[in-house]
Amino acid sequence: MTIRDINGQFFRGVMVTTEKNIRIYYTKAPVLIFGLLFPLFMFLSFYLGREVNLHSFFPGLLAMSLFFTASSVGPLITPWEKQAGTYERLLSFPVSINTIILGDIAAGMIFGIIINMVVLIVGLIFFDYNINILFLFFGILLASFCFSSLGVLLASPSVRSPSHIMMFSSLIRFPLIFISGIFIALENLQGSARVLAYFSPITYLVDIFNFSFKGECHISPIIDFTALSIFSVIFISLSNRFHKRNLIKGL
Amino acid sequence: MKKENNNVIEANALTKRFGNVTAVNQITFSVNEGEIFGFLGPNGAGKTTTIRMLTGLLAPDSGDAFIDGVNVKRNPIKAKMKMGVIPEMGNVYVDLNAQQNIILAGRFYGLPMKELKKRANSLLEQFELYDRKDDPVRTFSKGMKQRVNIASAIAHNPEVLFLDEPMSGLDVQSQRLIRDIINQMNQKGTTIFLTTHNIEEANQLCARVAIINKGKIVVIDRPERLRRTFETTQSVEISFDKCIDDSLIGKGNIVNRVERLGDKWKLYTNNPDKLVKYLAKFAEDKDLTIVSMEICRASLEDAFVKFTESKSYDD
Repeated sequence: MTIRDINGQFFRGVMVTTEKNIRIYYTKAPVLIFGLLFPLFMFLSFYLGREVNLHSFFPGLLAMSLFFTASSVGPLITPWEKQAGTYERLLSFPVSINTIILGDIAAGMIFGIIINMVVLIVGLIFFDYNINILFLFFGILLASFCFSSLGVLLASPSVRSPSHIMMFSSLIRFPLIFISGIFIALENLQGSARVLAYFSPITYLVDIFNFSFKGECHISPIIDFTALSIFSVIFISLSNRFHKRNLIKGL
Repeated sequence: MKKENNNVIEANALTKRFGNVTAVNQITFSVNEGEIFGFLGPNGAGKTTTIRMLTGLLAPDSGDAFIDGVNVKRNPIKAKMKMGVIPEMGNVYVDLNAQQNIILAGRFYGLPMKELKKRANSLLEQFELYDRKDDPVRTFSKGMKQRVNIASAIAHNPEVLFLDEPMSGLDVQSQRLIRDIINQMNQKGTTIFLTTHNIEEANQLCARVAIINKGKIVVIDRPERLRRTFETTQSVEISFDKCIDDSLIGKGNIVNRVERLGDKWKLYTNNPDKLVKYLAKFAEDKDLTIVSMEICRASLEDAFVKFTESKSYDD
């Protein structure tokens, strides 16, 4: 096998795994509940009965929506496959653990991007923004990759029941939302709250979106993109490590 | 690349430990091209761990596995391209239909879509599933799901097929169909590696069998030769119309051991023909009527029990 064959086989494996995930998991109830309904209800609970300026809140809403959608597919796939008995079959195909991880990430990423395009278009119909398309495009692309990688990392503990992982993923994802600068702008956060905000990848996306929509940012787009890239590398490295370690557990 | 003979599967001193437990301990064997090789052992003997190491799912702690000369540990993707695997607890995607499952499997091996559709339809016909090809697999019985499982594993015409307990829990019809398909594939040149704890299945299908117990291979041979190793375990099962004392029937130097099985006696002997004559005379002398009598030659099952009773071959 030449290097070209190996690369070809690797990308084919990623593509087929992604397509399989799209076909099977996009319509699963946990993905719809945790990926679509949750961010909607969170938005409604925050918006209804308050005087919130939606024009200035929209970048945060879009970031929250991207976070929930892109990170909702990944946690489901591995536990679901282990429970259904398809994971060992998948591993018997000419794929490596990295192929499977990237296929799962791609599926989450595509899900996040598609749903967010709808939210974005609706937002652009109602609000008048002077958008920086380049920053917005690369922001969505990188953040969906980062959040989807987090989703795949959350699937790595060895459990056979998807419901356990969905609970665990909520335990991680909700605090990340609350410590980010979505509901309270970063400049209004004080002391340890602000320090904590820097540990959430969503903070950096909100900053990119604020810059893309309103031309104002609190951190810096370059730092935002760098931070999201670093988070992505950390999530993927940890995914690789933990998925390998727990590969045959629960089969 | 290591290929100096016609061995398609080679295991060299494979060892796997889980904590303090050595699941597979220094096992070495080879399977010839075009052979059906049975891997027998009781539950927990190390069959699945061995198959997982041979198929690249588990990395051995020491030792090497080769598929058609390709080192599985060093080059798992290339080795996997040569094999089809039906895992013990493996299943197909129940949300997809039968045809989609086979096509999905074939796409991992890079087969062109047009060729794959043809291949999928031909496999579905062969496995008697063509009429249900568009139905989601979740509506299938266990036997039908297993047929889809096997069809998916052979979509790319593998050189080697690994089956881990393929007939476990299936109905007789599905078992027969799968057995026929294994034989057909083997006739076309596919090497088959079959793990089972069903002795009859191994007896019917395999040219050679290995018996594994407590992580060690205790014997590798042809089923017929293994059976003959235990000719001394031949027995005669007999029942009379009246109840008799155990001590009476066991008399005579041709009976090695007596076992009571309900209303029958099982008499172990080295010479069943002589024992039959002795029993006929015994019945006449005691005024008994023989209700049933059967000579039980040593079976592969006897060999299996004997080999797995002991700790290991070298103990």
